[in-house]
Amino acid sequence: MKIHEYQAKALLAHHDVAVPRGEPAFSAPEAGAVARRLGGRVVVKAQIHAGGRGKGGGVKVAGDAAEAERIAGEILGMTLVTPQTGPGGRIVRRLLVEEALDVATELYLGVLVDRSAGRPVMMASASGGMDIEAVAAATPEAIHRVHVHPGLGLAPFQARRLAHAVGLTGPAARDAAAIMSRAWDAFTASDASLVEINPLVVTAAGAALALDAKVTLDDNALYRHADLADLRDPAEEEPLETEASRHALNYIRLDGNIGCMVNGAGLAMATMDIIKLSGGEPANFLDVGGGANADQIRNAFRILLSDAQVRAVLINIFGGILRCDVLAAGVIAAVRELGVEVPVVIRMEGTNVEEGRRMLDESGLNFTTADTMGEAARQVVAVAGRASAP
Amino acid sequence: MAVLIDERTRLLVQGLTGREGAFHARQAVEYGTRVVGGVTPGKGGTTHEGLPVFDTVARAVRETGADASVVFVPPAVAADAVMEAADAGIGLVVCITEGIPTLDMMRALAFIGERDCRLVGPNCPGLISPGRAKAGIIPGHICREGRVGIVSKSGTLTYEAIQQLTRLGLGQTTCIGIGGDPLIGTTFIDALRLFEADPATDAVVLIGEIGGAAEEEAAAFVRDDVSKPVVGFIAGQTAPPGRRMGHAGAIISGGQGTAAEKMAALSSAGVAVVRSPSDIGAAVAAAIPTAS
Repeated sequence: MKIHEYQAKALLAHHDVAVPRGEPAFSAPEAGAVARRLGGRVVVKAQIHAGGRGKGGGVKVAGDAAEAERIAGEILGMTLVTPQTGPGGRIVRRLLVEEALDVATELYLGVLVDRSAGRPVMMASASGGMDIEAVAAATPEAIHRVHVHPGLGLAPFQARRLAHAVGLTGPAARDAAAIMSRAWDAFTASDASLVEINPLVVTAAGAALALDAKVTLDDNALYRHADLADLRDPAEEEPLETEASRHALNYIRLDGNIGCMVNGAGLAMATMDIIKLSGGEPANFLDVGGGANADQIRNAFRILLSDAQVRAVLINIFGGILRCDVLAAGVIAAVRELGVEVPVVIRMEGTNVEEGRRMLDESGLNFTTADTMGEAARQVVAVAGRASAP
Repeated sequence: MAVLIDERTRLLVQGLTGREGAFHARQAVEYGTRVVGGVTPGKGGTTHEGLPVFDTVARAVRETGADASVVFVPPAVAADAVMEAADAGIGLVVCITEGIPTLDMMRALAFIGERDCRLVGPNCPGLISPGRAKAGIIPGHICREGRVGIVSKSGTLTYEAIQQLTRLGLGQTTCIGIGGDPLIGTTFIDALRLFEADPATDAVVLIGEIGGAAEEEAAAFVRDDVSKPVVGFIAGQTAPPGRRMGHAGAIISGGQGTAAEKMAALSSAGVAVVRSPSDIGAAVAAAIPTAS
């Protein structure tokens, strides 16, 4: 789960990582009030779940509270387009107003899980404030890494070594090493999958602090962090995806016109792939899970048909031990109850598959059944093409 | 011959008294697997599905001689169950549970790394050696004894591949679901090494998906260390970047982990990569024409 910058900074501050003084604001007058409390120059930062905000015009410096209020009025409500938002952009609904600092040095610090090593890795670079993937591609030697023992945690010498590797000395190196230790604490204490401080800055006055912060939390661990689960911002999510997750369905909306309903994530991806190979475009990824009972199927139909672009539906269920007659009964009931009008192609495997097909064929509804994935994909692409024809 | 599991395996079911554990224990017994008991803390001394239940894995190992276990316990306690099995001397732990916190699994991997134990999974369908034994949820009736090894990150997509092979008359030595989580025990490389060394396996099917670099690492291993034909498929060729596609590990991030990169790496290592999931069986048949 992604959280906003101001929430990430509060989480880091809770673990004694130094961050600039600042507060979130939800309206222009509120932003002005925060700026007045802070005094002096401030930075007004759009809060959306995507990076690259500065280049898109979502981060601006204000000389005083009046200017901060005016800038806040401009940014709030704007559709911010960055390389990470996609062309549609995101509407800005929240701001962070914080003190402007005189920055002397910009560094990068990140903690994440190294999948190949099976351990967390802390990365630091003197190339701060830049896209770290671009740095990794252009100058991989500029990124320093230490793997952290999952039981022992980040050893103080590892933090010192990283601080020196990125060119810090004296008190700044000591402060940066302390921030690294505390960032590690924040990573483990919150079950994060990513803690990124980019840039980690040293000010002209010599203080090290987190000028920007990004924290992603492990969805699987949210059950033991009720306070962090509350940081979810539904406005940043696709409403259909949120609705799907409430029914234990995994749904991701795409751009095509063929709705898919599949059990299992790998088979769901492969079903999208074979639709594309057959000349069609998938409208969504939808994994109904292993069980695929009648309730799940009804909810899945409702959600994927909420997408007005859908012209045909492909159901691909590899039941294994699931009974196809039960599945067919669920599909028929859902189609009748919801008044589904688009053609539905069904490929199912499992026990009693003949009985299931007979039930679908005799239902009088707009079903086509297929034996294999390949055949099902060809059929659904054909019927979707006919349905979209003028 | 088969790898990892066969008719001699003495299997324990952790979470036997739960709905999933009981159901799949029954299926395993019906398949002919030698299931020797179950573990549910607090229910030791009872029997369930006709099997003795123990409070701890250590006790179960002492009394039954179990050498493998399959884990069906809820995600919050699954990493602990895996460590308990490893600590009790179980040599093969198959963890089916989905949704285990990543940091829990990281600590469990460090723990079992210090012991003589292999973990398969988590978030996987488990193992089956057709005609011999199974540990997990892969349906037995779609499998057939034969000479093809399968290793896959997926569940139902693996069933799809198995069924294609079976319909072509190509059976399997062992099917290994390694799971779709970011952190897993047995990797593609581990499975490839086992199949390469197994005289009964003539060819291997490798089913990967977007995210991480395990397929690229497997490609390098195939190029250098695998002499048998390998057929590959990568799911998620149409997946958008930055979105988690169901599996916790299935995400293209920062332009890394795309299907195109993985397919290119596997192809250049000599793997017969198919673009369509419906071509897996035919590609295996073409790779070992004498077997069909």
